[in-house]
Amino acid sequence: MPDKVLFAMEVMLNGLMAGVLYSLVALGFVLIFKASGIFNYAQGVMALFAALTLVGIKDGQIPFAHLINAIFGTNIHHFGWHLPAFVAIIFTAIVMIGFAWLVQRFIFRHLVNQEPIILFMATIGLAYFLEGVGDLMWGSDIKKLDVGIPKGMNETIELLTYNRFGYGFFIDNLDIFASFLAVILVLVLVGFSQYTKQGRALRAVADDHQAALSVGISLGYIWVLVWSIAGFVALVAGIVWGAKSGVQFSLSLIALKALPVLMLGGFTSIPGAIVGGLIIGVGEKLFEFLVGPMIGGATENWFAYVLALLFLVFRPQGLFGERIIERV
Amino acid sequence: MNNVSQGDFVTSDGRSIGSALMEMQNITLKFGGVVALENISFDILEGEVRAIIGPNGAGKSSMLNVISGFYVPQEGQVLYRGSLRPTMKPFQVATHGIARTFQNIALFEGMSVLDNVMTGRITKMKSGIFSQMIWKGRAEREENENREVVEKIIDFLEIQAIRKTPVSRLPYGLKKRVELARALAAEPSLLLLDEPMAGMNVEEKEDMSRFILDVNSEFGTTIALIEHDMSVVMDLSDRVVVMDYGKKIGDGTPDEIRNNQAVIDAYLGVSHD
Amino acid sequence: MLYREAGDFSTSYTADNQTFPIKFDRYRYYFILVIAFLVIPFFINDYWANAILVPFLIYSIAAIGLNILTGYCGQVSLGTGGFMAVGAYSFYKLMTAFPEISIMLHVLLSGCVTAVVVTLFGLPSLRIKGFYLAVATLAAQFFLVWMFNKVPWFYNYSMTGMIGSPERTVLGIVVTGPHTDAWAQYFVCLIFVTLCAVMARNLTRGSVGRKWMAIRDMDIAAEIIGVNPLKAKLSAFAVSGFFIGIAGALYFGVFLGAVEVTEAFGIEKSFMVLFMIIIGGLGSIFGSFAGAAFMVLLPVFLKNVFVGGLGWPTDLAAHLNFVIAGGLIIMFLILEPHGLAQLWRVAKEKLRLWPFPH
Repeated sequence: MPDKVLFAMEVMLNGLMAGVLYSLVALGFVLIFKASGIFNYAQGVMALFAALTLVGIKDGQIPFAHLINAIFGTNIHHFGWHLPAFVAIIFTAIVMIGFAWLVQRFIFRHLVNQEPIILFMATIGLAYFLEGVGDLMWGSDIKKLDVGIPKGMNETIELLTYNRFGYGFFIDNLDIFASFLAVILVLVLVGFSQYTKQGRALRAVADDHQAALSVGISLGYIWVLVWSIAGFVALVAGIVWGAKSGVQFSLSLIALKALPVLMLGGFTSIPGAIVGGLIIGVGEKLFEFLVGPMIGGATENWFAYVLALLFLVFRPQGLFGERIIERV
Repeated sequence: MNNVSQGDFVTSDGRSIGSALMEMQNITLKFGGVVALENISFDILEGEVRAIIGPNGAGKSSMLNVISGFYVPQEGQVLYRGSLRPTMKPFQVATHGIARTFQNIALFEGMSVLDNVMTGRITKMKSGIFSQMIWKGRAEREENENREVVEKIIDFLEIQAIRKTPVSRLPYGLKKRVELARALAAEPSLLLLDEPMAGMNVEEKEDMSRFILDVNSEFGTTIALIEHDMSVVMDLSDRVVVMDYGKKIGDGTPDEIRNNQAVIDAYLGVSHD
Repeated sequence: MLYREAGDFSTSYTADNQTFPIKFDRYRYYFILVIAFLVIPFFINDYWANAILVPFLIYSIAAIGLNILTGYCGQVSLGTGGFMAVGAYSFYKLMTAFPEISIMLHVLLSGCVTAVVVTLFGLPSLRIKGFYLAVATLAAQFFLVWMFNKVPWFYNYSMTGMIGSPERTVLGIVVTGPHTDAWAQYFVCLIFVTLCAVMARNLTRGSVGRKWMAIRDMDIAAEIIGVNPLKAKLSAFAVSGFFIGIAGALYFGVFLGAVEVTEAFGIEKSFMVLFMIIIGGLGSIFGSFAGAAFMVLLPVFLKNVFVGGLGWPTDLAAHLNFVIAGGLIIMFLILEPHGLAQLWRVAKEKLRLWPFPH
């Protein structure tokens, strides 16, 4: 097989992996949007915050150390412990649930009947707020995140492809692990949504708030549940992305990348988030590979958006989204 | 204001009604598999008050939407003053002299009463963006001229006191009146009213009825209205169209309709075989 | 006792329609104009110009522009940064290509170029609404920044990829470049702010403004009463682009003097201007000013209080900025979605009754 095609295949596989990661973040969006009509711009920052908290708890950082030092003139930084990754993850999950509760209680409970655009802007405010808090709590320097996920090139695949094609594909173990994780997560979420009582309640709320209330479902509880799940998804996304490229501000920009995924897949569809993520992941990498060199490179900055934009012009509700019917 | 020279119809109170302003011919409207309107034909004469009545789900609002050009029927045609009305974009229909009110109020909640009624004049105001940027001169003059027309309507409907109030703060009955004002501001030849009395008490209904009759007699505006309250229909309208399940089951004066067996059946719910 | 309307009647529609129907308001407005045009230029220094007044004026123009699009017409845009970049780079190309022509004209032309570009990116708004449109404008944001980075024609093939404003004069006074006096910078921006504010005010009180607001409030009803949605939306994009382009041109040419596009016109800029109009008040010209003032003053205030006053490290102050800005956005959205402008209106209503409680 010609080299170019082999390269392209490798690029595509890597694109698929990247796409899976986009889908992970997009999932968080879809969940919250389905259940509450809120488009959570803060999802990416939540991933960043989760990762920061994870590292902080694991390495025994003192929260707000920087701030405390500034106010009181002290010089404290660490509690001195190192927790095993598993324990730290549990604690972080608890923190994210607490966060979900706070967000519901102090923000969205007060915005119940507002227009979607107001809710959206509230989540933008939340994103900035959370980013500032995250930085104040744990510091804004880049952190390394190591929870024991296998890294580095996968030797088996390299060997297999080398034997088959004469060219070894470089697929990172981390990406493979992340893909598995994402698939499991999706299965768990879909199972939860379809087969449990809470899941049913969630779907009811997503359909019609009033009707759900009238059968005794507590909106507040459901929303805390939804934000917690989104927080958990954010945690997983944060761990994976953080392990991949370190825990830093740019993590929150992943959220921005999830937006074109949602545009393609439709804002209310879980399979849409997956398919959209894969399309964007592959499309981005392929475009950069094929066309990038001719126009200066770095097309990944904008390709996803333009693709989604063009797609939307022809199909405003995305691939799987609900048809928007407007009546007077 | 209306041409009664071809008067072929005289109302019960002796007014002579003119020729057909609009004619629906064999209108069939479908939404996917659902047939909303089936082979409906009737006319609206110039200067009359025409009521469209029928049980819920009969297709009355759809009919109104066809008349106003918002829905395009799959079969049949709409004639305006004798000639075929071309298929137009919704915003072009407004320039053809048709204005309407809505079942669920469609006012612009972010604006005041005055601004809402002024939006009714949009099709008459022609000054472009550049003259408006400068304001002084053409744009201001046009604004004041149209303001005068609007103020007359505001006087007519007795809403002067609330002209600067944001409409979101108004009670339901007043909102309906503002919506009527907005429709009137367009100086339409045909005014479509979608359940203008819905949700009103007796006094409010009397006020609204008075306004509707005044609009018809003072401005000569042809009126087509959907209404559920039978006493209102009998009092206000010159002629009535009765619909049920998307079909026309009655067409005539209020007295004729009152005694029509098919209509009585429809309202009393006799089963159809 | 001061703020009264008694005896202050309008006897014509023109009088009723004016920007400040209450005499007291009008005099206050004239007073501010006098201070702005005749007093400040004599007392202004470099710090005040660079840290506060000039950015305030420039962001006010951008905020008015975005407010027209998002606040009046309801089309959410996250592309403000990229659009400002269009203004800046148009200005740069015009300045360097036609050095004899006055930069005042170039600024206006940059606005026109930006208007065209923004209108193009606004075409999808006919099919796409709400969030979807917001995300579509992100396409504009990222693509434009990438384009100005990668296509060398835009930065005249310079090695650094940055653009720098050459020195230009107006009526013999230096207004761009490193030797500009503070008052000259300020005055140029002031002229454009006044021009833009007057234009915006005129547009929003006439039928164009009503068309925009009708589209925002209920676009289907708007269509039915005769608003051509295509023309109305595109005109909002165009006018908005015009103002934002002017802001971008001034931001580069008069204020910063040299810019690197990703840093100066990145997505943070888009959010900043959006925050301005939310905090200031959507659909309000005054709100655009209030929001711009707030967002410009906040980091300055924090820096002075915490870094200057308490000796904290600067990154803490920067983080606090985020926390406070984000928190305030949420607070305003919950308590007063119409922003500072509404708070001001309510305060005035109370003032009209003062000292009586009702």
